[in-house]
Amino acid sequence: MKMIAIPKKEWPAGLAKAAGSFRLFGPVKEKEFHSFKRLENGQLPDFSCQNTRLSPKHLVYPQSEVMLTYSLDESRPDHHIMKEAPADTSPRAVLGIRPCDAKAFVLVRMNFDTPDYKDPYWLRAYESTTFVGLSCASPCSSCFCTTAGCGPFHEEGLDVLLADAGDHFLAKVLTEKGAAWVAAGGWTQTADAKAEGRLADLRQAAEAKIASQVQTESLKAADTTALYNAGFWEEVSFACINCGTCTYSCPTCWCFDIQDETRGTSGVRMKNWDSCMYPLFTLHGTGHNPRGTKLHRVRQRFMHKLKYFVDKYDRGIQCVGCGRCVRLCPVNIDIRRVCGLMNGLAASGEACAID
Amino acid sequence: MRNPYLPYPVRIDDITVETEDKNLKTFKFVFLDPADEQKFAYKAGQFAELSVTGQGEIPIGIASSPTEKGFVMFTVNKVGRVSSFLHAMKPGDIMGLRGPMGNWYPWEKMQGKNVVIIGGGFAFTTLRSSIVYMLQPENRKNFGEIHVIYGARSPGMLLYREELAAWEQRDDIHMHITVDATSDPNWKYNVGFVPAIAEKKAPPAGSDTYAIICGPPIMIKFTQPVLDKLGYAHDKIIMSLENRMKCGIGMCGRCNIGKEFVCKDGPVFTLEQLNKTPREY
Repeated sequence: MKMIAIPKKEWPAGLAKAAGSFRLFGPVKEKEFHSFKRLENGQLPDFSCQNTRLSPKHLVYPQSEVMLTYSLDESRPDHHIMKEAPADTSPRAVLGIRPCDAKAFVLVRMNFDTPDYKDPYWLRAYESTTFVGLSCASPCSSCFCTTAGCGPFHEEGLDVLLADAGDHFLAKVLTEKGAAWVAAGGWTQTADAKAEGRLADLRQAAEAKIASQVQTESLKAADTTALYNAGFWEEVSFACINCGTCTYSCPTCWCFDIQDETRGTSGVRMKNWDSCMYPLFTLHGTGHNPRGTKLHRVRQRFMHKLKYFVDKYDRGIQCVGCGRCVRLCPVNIDIRRVCGLMNGLAASGEACAID
Repeated sequence: MRNPYLPYPVRIDDITVETEDKNLKTFKFVFLDPADEQKFAYKAGQFAELSVTGQGEIPIGIASSPTEKGFVMFTVNKVGRVSSFLHAMKPGDIMGLRGPMGNWYPWEKMQGKNVVIIGGGFAFTTLRSSIVYMLQPENRKNFGEIHVIYGARSPGMLLYREELAAWEQRDDIHMHITVDATSDPNWKYNVGFVPAIAEKKAPPAGSDTYAIICGPPIMIKFTQPVLDKLGYAHDKIIMSLENRMKCGIGMCGRCNIGKEFVCKDGPVFTLEQLNKTPREY
């Protein structure tokens, strides 16, 4: 697809034009931290932020989302019958999403878009969105995307990839959706012949700055029960306080709860983010809990991301290396180290598949 | 594709108290739109989410058989918020039903084979569905010998007592009903725990015999060694699991045992499959 040059002085006017046909979202600073928000009229996305504290997953998958509505008023003919809640599926564009967070949606899609069932809430939000990514010229020290199936200029899941080239953005248009967004902004200047080379140089320089890595090559062949029964889980989970910060900040965590909320005689059935870190997540009605200890729960999180997901989809690990859980964990549990322990055990032959 | 979270509207047609402690009730539901009954086509061993509007949903095994038409039936233990509310509902009340969900007992593989059903307590629901299905005249010829070992704490805690008595009278099914203990002088069946009765009454193992086990964890724990002793191969031992569930369609993330979701890849697994998973159930 083609490469466009967007002079920075034309950026605000183009966005104002694009706002005519897209709801625009982007990183905005609120108090101390950046987060992805709907941009107000004339508001520009703040590209100075390295990355938002929380991932932009809430744009497609809100922390709380009304799925169905109902009435308990027995004078109505449709009382107690669930109805689908209305949704706004008009086109929108997410500006400045980092490649890791865009790739995360591609992984999460495998959970919500299956041959047997499709989650209409996740899918319609995803499909109505155009992802305009901003490549990472200076990644964080805790980023390990290049060994997690991603990278600072990774294109998977993006419709447009922007790169900061001084007085202009290089915009690599990757999909039809991306082309429609560029057209809506009215940017028409095709980049010069050297642009491809410049983008490649920027990419190489950024990738060279990623200092931290994970080893994953032995995970797939490892025996699940051997990894599950490994001796290191006691030590790995020892300091965990089951706060759930890792799961809430993770762009690839998708677990949810379903709850009914009634006010008077009307109510909603909603979906809320949930976390495998919480005992209630798996508690049976009888009081029995199959993941009753924090060791069980910490192990579930890492086994899911680094083994069950790998086995189920054969698309690598369920992690894009954004580093948020590493930065935010209050007790310094580090997925890079745990991945190393699991991969190391697998590589040592003690966890090799028997069949 | 239909929104998988949207329940079919149903009306409670009938409620039966099953057990002497009144904690188990059987609910018969009728679909408000008769066309939904066709969409709800199910097989014995599957479950559904009972949606009590304003309270929430509970995953419950389907107790009626696909051969029974015009209604679907569930037996529900009173445990938490939704099941307690459901127990207080009346015939005529409107609620929802989402499903059918999960896999089923391996009816295709069990064609022409002997089947021994081992159940305990209130886990007998999908086993009732299975027995009714197999005893249907056009289906009965597709199976060899059928044995049923079913136990409860006391005679009054057995589910579907009239049907059990009727099956006892038949010669095409071998019933081995048992209770843990009873002071009833007229009790004419077995006394003893399910594993002990299974050891005495279960048919010999072989490549032509499948065992289906469904019951509380303690029963399963002590029945498995008995089946091992009798020589049952682990791919011939079929188990139906329960875990906490919300979505029922393999998305919400809580009911997994390893990479398998109990709601979507199960709830029916062979012991051979379970041996390879972290057994978090």
